[in-house]
Amino acid sequence: MLKLSNNPIVNTSAKLAVTAVIMFAFVFVVMVPLYNVLCDVLGINGKTNGQAYTAVEARVDESRTITIQFIATNNAGMPWEFSPTKTAMKVHPGAVNDTVFFAHNPRPDAMIAQAIPSISPSRAAKYFHKTECFCFNQQPLDGGSSAEMPLQFIVDQDLPRDIGTITLSYTIFDVTDMASGALAAR
Amino acid sequence: MGDHHHGPAKGLSRWLFTTNHKDIGTMYLWFSFSMFLLGGFFAMIIRAELFQPGMQLIEPAFFNQMTTLHGLIMVFGAIMPSFVGLANWLIPLMIGAPDMALPRMNNWSFWILPPAFLLLASTLFMEGGAPAAGWTFYAPLSTTYAGPSVTYFIFCIHVLGLSSIMGSINIIATVMNMRAPGMTYMKMPLFVWTWLITAFLLVAVMPVLAGAVTMMLMDVHFGTSFFSAAGGGDPVLFQHIFWFFGHPEVYIIILPAFGVVSQIIPAFSRKPLFGYDSMVYATASIAFLSFIVWAHHMYTVGMPVAGELFFMYATMLIAVPTGVKVFNWISTMWRGALSFETPMLFSIGFIILFTIGGFTGLMLSIAPADFQYHDSYFVVAHFHYVMVAGAVFSMTAAIYFWLPKWCGRMYNETMGKTHFWISFIGFNLAFFPQHFVGLAGMPRRIPDYALQFADFNMMSSIGAFIYGASQILFLYNVIATIVAGDPVSDEKVWDGAEGLEWTLPTPVPYHTFETPPLVK
Amino acid sequence: MGFKAKQLCKLALGPVLLFMSVSAMAAGGEASSINMTPGVTELGREVYDLHMIILWICVAIGVAVFGVMFYSIIFHRKSRGVIPATFHESTTVEIAWTVVPFFILIAMAVPATTTLLTLYDTDNSELDILITGYQWKWKYEYLNEEGENVSFFSNLRTPQAEIYNDEAKGEYYLLEVDEPLVLPVDTKVRFLVTANDVIHSWWVPALAVKRDAIPGFINETWARPTEQGIYRGQCSELCGKSHGFMPIVVNVVSKEEYGEWIAAKQSEATEVKQLTSQDFTLDELMVRGESVYDTSCLACHGANGEGGVGNAIAGSAVATGDINAHLEIGINGVPGTSMQAFGGQLSDVDMAAVITYQRNAFGNNMGDSLQPVDVYNYKER
Repeated sequence: MLKLSNNPIVNTSAKLAVTAVIMFAFVFVVMVPLYNVLCDVLGINGKTNGQAYTAVEARVDESRTITIQFIATNNAGMPWEFSPTKTAMKVHPGAVNDTVFFAHNPRPDAMIAQAIPSISPSRAAKYFHKTECFCFNQQPLDGGSSAEMPLQFIVDQDLPRDIGTITLSYTIFDVTDMASGALAAR
Repeated sequence: MGDHHHGPAKGLSRWLFTTNHKDIGTMYLWFSFSMFLLGGFFAMIIRAELFQPGMQLIEPAFFNQMTTLHGLIMVFGAIMPSFVGLANWLIPLMIGAPDMALPRMNNWSFWILPPAFLLLASTLFMEGGAPAAGWTFYAPLSTTYAGPSVTYFIFCIHVLGLSSIMGSINIIATVMNMRAPGMTYMKMPLFVWTWLITAFLLVAVMPVLAGAVTMMLMDVHFGTSFFSAAGGGDPVLFQHIFWFFGHPEVYIIILPAFGVVSQIIPAFSRKPLFGYDSMVYATASIAFLSFIVWAHHMYTVGMPVAGELFFMYATMLIAVPTGVKVFNWISTMWRGALSFETPMLFSIGFIILFTIGGFTGLMLSIAPADFQYHDSYFVVAHFHYVMVAGAVFSMTAAIYFWLPKWCGRMYNETMGKTHFWISFIGFNLAFFPQHFVGLAGMPRRIPDYALQFADFNMMSSIGAFIYGASQILFLYNVIATIVAGDPVSDEKVWDGAEGLEWTLPTPVPYHTFETPPLVK
Repeated sequence: MGFKAKQLCKLALGPVLLFMSVSAMAAGGEASSINMTPGVTELGREVYDLHMIILWICVAIGVAVFGVMFYSIIFHRKSRGVIPATFHESTTVEIAWTVVPFFILIAMAVPATTTLLTLYDTDNSELDILITGYQWKWKYEYLNEEGENVSFFSNLRTPQAEIYNDEAKGEYYLLEVDEPLVLPVDTKVRFLVTANDVIHSWWVPALAVKRDAIPGFINETWARPTEQGIYRGQCSELCGKSHGFMPIVVNVVSKEEYGEWIAAKQSEATEVKQLTSQDFTLDELMVRGESVYDTSCLACHGANGEGGVGNAIAGSAVATGDINAHLEIGINGVPGTSMQAFGGQLSDVDMAAVITYQRNAFGNNMGDSLQPVDVYNYKER
């Protein structure tokens, strides 16, 4: 056994104090990263990978047609107009698909937005690959201006047979304050 | 430890600087009782508003502050410190130690508590009011959408967490190092065992709570996004961390209560505790299981189905060791020679009501059914059966049981029994109907409700007022006992009581076991 | 342990009472005031059966355990001169009561698992609805693969006067909304649940649906109501001040009625657009504005514009200042406060009406007004 002191009481207490400190650190260095890993693996909350997917040799499976629904939600205090240009698409697994979301900043000042993707059903999340997405980066928009934000994705051929519809939701947050440093740098 | 062989110091400094485990225990008990009255007062406000449909007395925003403070104060201010107080008084007496292992730290761990709760209560008078996101304070309601009081609240949680950790370290160090010769682990009274396991749970999970509120603090003031999706965080992460602390916390509250009942039932059954070994193993199993069931509080957040199944099965398993405990208590009573003094009445009340709470707990563990129970009054009824009829009843039993030993005066038995029956009836009237309204669809934490819930809510409020009033009787009885109770001088106040503390003179002297007793 | 069944019978009286109250719960059937509703979905009935099975198992165990305890309490008292036994362990008995409950639990886990798997099977839905929780109302959006989605907000309809006891409370006090969610009967509906601000939870007992609405993320669940009717529920996750005041009303109608309703909703959307080009008198705007105020502003700004969570409107600098600045706040909200951006929530007509109302009510007497087209132009500027 580890011995921290010759006084048995001090020894016990010191070990316990160290345990408490380790448990405090455990929250930050284990629980948070572990949760994020589990989210990626299990698709908790329909989270998708935040990195661009590098397409592997894809074989388009034309025998299957998957409906992709697009949803856009504004978080509280986000005044942008934000919507998919197409509310739904029919795609084949393996094929590369493109679509755009429309965004308009009605405020006079420049703002920065962050879109957060979420997929339903969540077990489809790991089969939905984005090769290009406006959600990978924060999106600045000058006051009064509009933009078309591109999304390119591939539905994996291994998507479970029983999934016929995938819903991709984007919630757009105002991160201007959070990113004000970045705005100043522009 | 200056004047070791004299009595206590005089005046206020006795209490401010004391390192005597009995003085500190007494302060913990009085502090927790005053917090119990404050939290109870908030509960009375809640029940008064819910007496009838419609808003009569307070505004919805204030109602949320009341439910939040009621929960926080009862859990962290009343129940936890009361058992720490009991541990301070009893553990050295039960294991034959002269005092706690770290008397100076013992003093600190108590004295940082009152300022922390004073700060928490003072947020009521702040602009924007007290915290109002419930005692579970889910983000982002408790972070982005909270008032300025959240910072003070976080500070308060840190302080009381520190206090609990110091108290637990002290208890573990005492039990592990200061047992009298011959007092092996498997000879320790069950109260000491349950507290030892509880203390380990506290050391393991209070830092987790501290971590969660630290993340909140960083999100609110330092621009991090642990719990906000905007910056790549996740509000559900908060719930996971909170309940990783929160579920063991539930057992932190109930395990010492198990210990108390395991001391009292044998005493009034005049028969040794049945299945001592299995009691110890059951306690340890419950403590272990408490770490792998947390997400049963979160069945509706949208976990993957495999996760739901895992947490459902693990939660159901807890019924096994808990059942063992209940069966053991009943077997202890079986063919004993029972008598029904107040501590025994409260202990039997504990077994019945805690078992009912256990049954509803089992029902809640069934994930598909929980989609209907979750966040309804059914849950409110469930956890009050466990927290109030569990923890508070056993604490009350403990006071009646050991108070005569501590102060050498007997409480008024008639008044004690009256207190029990009023509490028992009031409690059931208050909380049993809540099962019904919950099942019928009433969500928890609402300041006003639809008309079909009106009758049961009125019943519930009347029961709550009765239960609340019975505590005044308790307070009176305790003070009357200390001031003018009939003197008792028998070492064994109760003829069936067993254990080292009953070998000491009555009332217990200020310093005890300065020469360790020899345990055979 | 000497277990005497005959003597135990004498003690059955107490448990019988418990049995009776539980039976009453079982007999209560649907929409009981003391028990869970079986609801109007197959899944709901399964959940209800599961609930009742577990309840009865618990009652049976309770009767046995408390029976033994009360037997002991009555017959093993000191006052009867009993000499206490001295036994304090029995390995056989202890193993038995560890193993037996384990098997009971397995018996419970089997149906629970099946039901849970059904509950998670959201595939093959015929209708998809996006539910968004707001402080403190719900937004429903019918996801349409072709054409525009139908969407609307559903607000509490109970007047403040009923809540504050100035008027008698109606039958559906706190469980009534201005616009219910309409669903076709016998149709598998998939609900996608999310939130705009804090966590809410969408609970309709009769559909056996409860799902947390989490800001930034989407959750899914489903229901297939088999009976027409109106079903009521509430938000079940504490979401701030008016958590108790954001009910849910679901109107399940025949498929034909649903078809008519959705068509009417779509043309209504077109009509509202046409209204934008019409001119309204001040009185017309005031009447419309008052009802918009009651559903969208009152919760925060008070019944008399006296303020609350939000600033006062009566005599405020905004409502008595520049009308375009006032409109800007209405449309885009005030960042960093609980004042939401209502530009996407209210039609141009409603926005014009409520701004006009705020400037000419509660003692404010500006005399100016906005037309829907002004709002339209302001947004498009």
